[in-house]
Amino acid sequence: MKTHTVTAYGEELDQLTAEVTRMGGLAEAQVADAIESVARRDIALARSVVERDLKLDEMQREIERKAIRLIALRQPVASDLRRTVSAMKLASDLERTGDLAKNIAKRGLSLAEGEPMAPLTRSIERMGKLVAARLKDVLDAYTGADLDRAMSVWTNDDDIDEHYNSLFRELLTYMMGDPRTIAACTHLLFMAKNLERIGDHATNIAEVVHYELTGEEVVGDRPRWTPTPPDTAQSPQ
Amino acid sequence: MTDAVQTLAARSAAERRLKRRYAAERRFRLFGVLAIAAALGFLALLLGRIVEQGHTAFVNHVVEVELYLDPARIDPAYPAGANYDQLIAEQMLARLGVEDDPATARSAAMRQLMSPGFGFQAMARVREDPSLIGQRIVLRAPIGDDADLYFKGDISREEPAATRRLSDEQLLWLDELKARGEVQRRFNTQLFTNSDSTQPELAGVLGAVIGSALMLMVTALLAIPLGVGAAVYLEEFAPRNRLTGLIEVNINNLAAVPSIVYGLLGLAVFINWMHLPRSSPLVGGLVLALMSLPTVIIATRSALKAVPPSIREAALAMGASRTQSVLHHVLPLALPGVMTGAILALAHALGETAPLLLIGMVSFVPGIPDGITAPSGALPVLVYIWENAAERAFHERTAAAILVLLAFMIVMNAAAIMLRRHFERRW
Amino acid sequence: MPQQISDDAARTTAPRPASPAAAPGAGADAPVGPTKIAVRDVSVFYGDKQALFEVSLDIPDKAVTAFIGPSGCGKSTFLRCINRMNDTIPGARVAGEVRIDGEDVNVRTVDPVLLRQRVGMVFQKPNPFPKSIFENVAYGPKIHGLASSKAELEGIVETSLKRAGLWREVADRLQAPGTSLSGGQQQRLVIARAIAVNPEVILMDEPCSALDPIATARIEELIDELREQYCIVIVTHSMAQAARVSQRTAFFHMGKVVEMGSTEDIFTNPGDPRTLDYITGRFG
Repeated sequence: MKTHTVTAYGEELDQLTAEVTRMGGLAEAQVADAIESVARRDIALARSVVERDLKLDEMQREIERKAIRLIALRQPVASDLRRTVSAMKLASDLERTGDLAKNIAKRGLSLAEGEPMAPLTRSIERMGKLVAARLKDVLDAYTGADLDRAMSVWTNDDDIDEHYNSLFRELLTYMMGDPRTIAACTHLLFMAKNLERIGDHATNIAEVVHYELTGEEVVGDRPRWTPTPPDTAQSPQ
Repeated sequence: MTDAVQTLAARSAAERRLKRRYAAERRFRLFGVLAIAAALGFLALLLGRIVEQGHTAFVNHVVEVELYLDPARIDPAYPAGANYDQLIAEQMLARLGVEDDPATARSAAMRQLMSPGFGFQAMARVREDPSLIGQRIVLRAPIGDDADLYFKGDISREEPAATRRLSDEQLLWLDELKARGEVQRRFNTQLFTNSDSTQPELAGVLGAVIGSALMLMVTALLAIPLGVGAAVYLEEFAPRNRLTGLIEVNINNLAAVPSIVYGLLGLAVFINWMHLPRSSPLVGGLVLALMSLPTVIIATRSALKAVPPSIREAALAMGASRTQSVLHHVLPLALPGVMTGAILALAHALGETAPLLLIGMVSFVPGIPDGITAPSGALPVLVYIWENAAERAFHERTAAAILVLLAFMIVMNAAAIMLRRHFERRW
Repeated sequence: MPQQISDDAARTTAPRPASPAAAPGAGADAPVGPTKIAVRDVSVFYGDKQALFEVSLDIPDKAVTAFIGPSGCGKSTFLRCINRMNDTIPGARVAGEVRIDGEDVNVRTVDPVLLRQRVGMVFQKPNPFPKSIFENVAYGPKIHGLASSKAELEGIVETSLKRAGLWREVADRLQAPGTSLSGGQQQRLVIARAIAVNPEVILMDEPCSALDPIATARIEELIDELREQYCIVIVTHSMAQAARVSQRTAFFHMGKVVEMGSTEDIFTNPGDPRTLDYITGRFG
């Protein structure tokens, strides 16, 4: 793509994108670290995740400020406008992602006080790694302006939902089996929920990337995991 | 450290350059002032000389003479036959107490002193009222041209008598008349109320002024409409091709053609071929119109070019046709320039002598022309005629005529400026 | 089997709604009328040089259509084809059809003088006649014979000045020269002059480029008001102005129309990369 005749304008846009990328990197790290702190019951790591969340908040404010300034001073249109608006939306999504990661870490701190529950935390870890990978994918798609990669993230949202649902069942089973685990399992439940929401944010980001690159909204509903329809062969008829 | 030194050096070099530049500018302004001073100096010199030579023509000396209309000398049936001048001269001598000699040389000398104007006046009065014969009438007229010059100091006793126009005796008589208080110094109204005459004291510019005015009228009526029309067509309507380019070049060249060539043209075409009356304001006006036409066309074209094209575009975009756009908008805006050009062309035409000489205006034309086909004189030609005349008294009158011509031109130029200012305000 | 608690339903992004039915007078969303001017394969030659290459487009009525493009791209030339002002340039030749209400005006049988009563023009530099304000506005009706009496003429002048938003400022000095007004007022006077002859189309060639921002804003407001009655075509160097004022925009480049569409589409998601480059400032 050609550069702007006024190079400072192009540079400002690039800086905005770069900052979003940096924020994305930080959010990714937060998610990864939060999962790890839960898996390894690492209190120090969990605490550092909680602290670093402030940085994410600050970055979001900064990106918003820069975007508003760009709109006021440069009056961007078409692709430039979409890029600016997308940056603002992404910053918002990433900040929420960071908050969710912080919540996971906080619950991890509570969990670490109790007994380790290896199989469950392993499941959480598996789901977390999937979510983290999805997030990384979509952020790479943003940085690389890769529409296909973003769309593959968008369509594959359903396997995170599957993980969530199976984890949910697993935790319920545990809780029903041993009421002493209810407290811990509740934390894990919330963590699973948070991870599922991070997954949703990743899908959101994919939609924003699609809009930025094509100028059109993603058509159609997001794919949802639907239960398999009842076996018609078994129905009396 | 070296930076500071360099800046200092650079600054002083810049200051020196600046000084040189200011000096050059002062020199240039000085040249301009000197040029203007030189031009004004020459103008002052010329005008000064003319005024110096001509101002005396604006006064003359008038004498009142009492004449006894001797019935023995005047035949009531034929009053014009009497020699009134002789009568006057004899009676003047008698009054001065001088005896006329048998050869009547003295009365002839006295006649020379008195203007034939007296005789004309007497004859006119008698013809009007023959009952005056035998009575005394009072005549009042300018004194003869040489006597007038004597009183103005142009002829003096210091000149040797042989070359002097007036003899000592005549000078004595003049002194006597003056001593008696019979000579009055008056403003020379004859200069403005009479037409040309062989007698300087009776000569005036009126005929020539009216002739010039009639001529200019003809010129204006022909040159201005034709010139403006041609310029409007060439500038606004004509296509831009080789033919119009050729026409433009030719018009510019015609403006530079010597005026005498137009005179030749006038002689050949208007007088010899079309048999228009010679020496008439009609022919003079036609010739001058031809001469002024290129100037009017060029001035009008420049005035039209100066109207910004946005006005034409605005008019056309409103749905005006080309003609409406020119007549309603462009021409009114160009009017100051057109009028200035026209009046200047006319002022120039006023002073043209050469072509008029060729069409016959050099002949002596007494009286005032009564129409554009009557024979007439013109101011510049009058100057030429008077300059060549033998009588010395015409010398000062030539200068006076030049002053009248200049005054005429100043009035026309002033009119041009006033009109231009009046119309320019509309912008 | 426990139900899958899917609270995703609340997060489903609803499909993007179609463009809302336009509220009248809502800028770029305003409704446009039927096609007023249909141009087909118009080419303009200045001597041997070709300035427009088979341009075809439709201009709707009761709307503002903006032409944007870099200098020398032919937008002003094209504008002048609509009222045949190119005829006044020696050596200019216009080929093609220019249909106003279905009737081709680019033929010999149509008198440009009558055409220019239907299609008025406002120029870049305000050019009121150096006559009084009254005379300026009255000139058009006079030469086209639109007023049968002095009172009627005065009425036309008053209405036009009111419509142009100038009446209150000049009502007490109609005899003052038109050139004594400020730039913005002069341009409004010129607009009043143009609407005094009851045109159907008003062409504007960069009407605000010589004006300060406040005067520009007033003219843009005037254009928005006039849009409800006339077909307005405006050539502008300022893309922001085109974005503010028009409902349709056409992008010209090197004598051709690169893209034409609704102003909203052109400025949010243009189809042609050249248009995108131009409006985002990547041109040249």
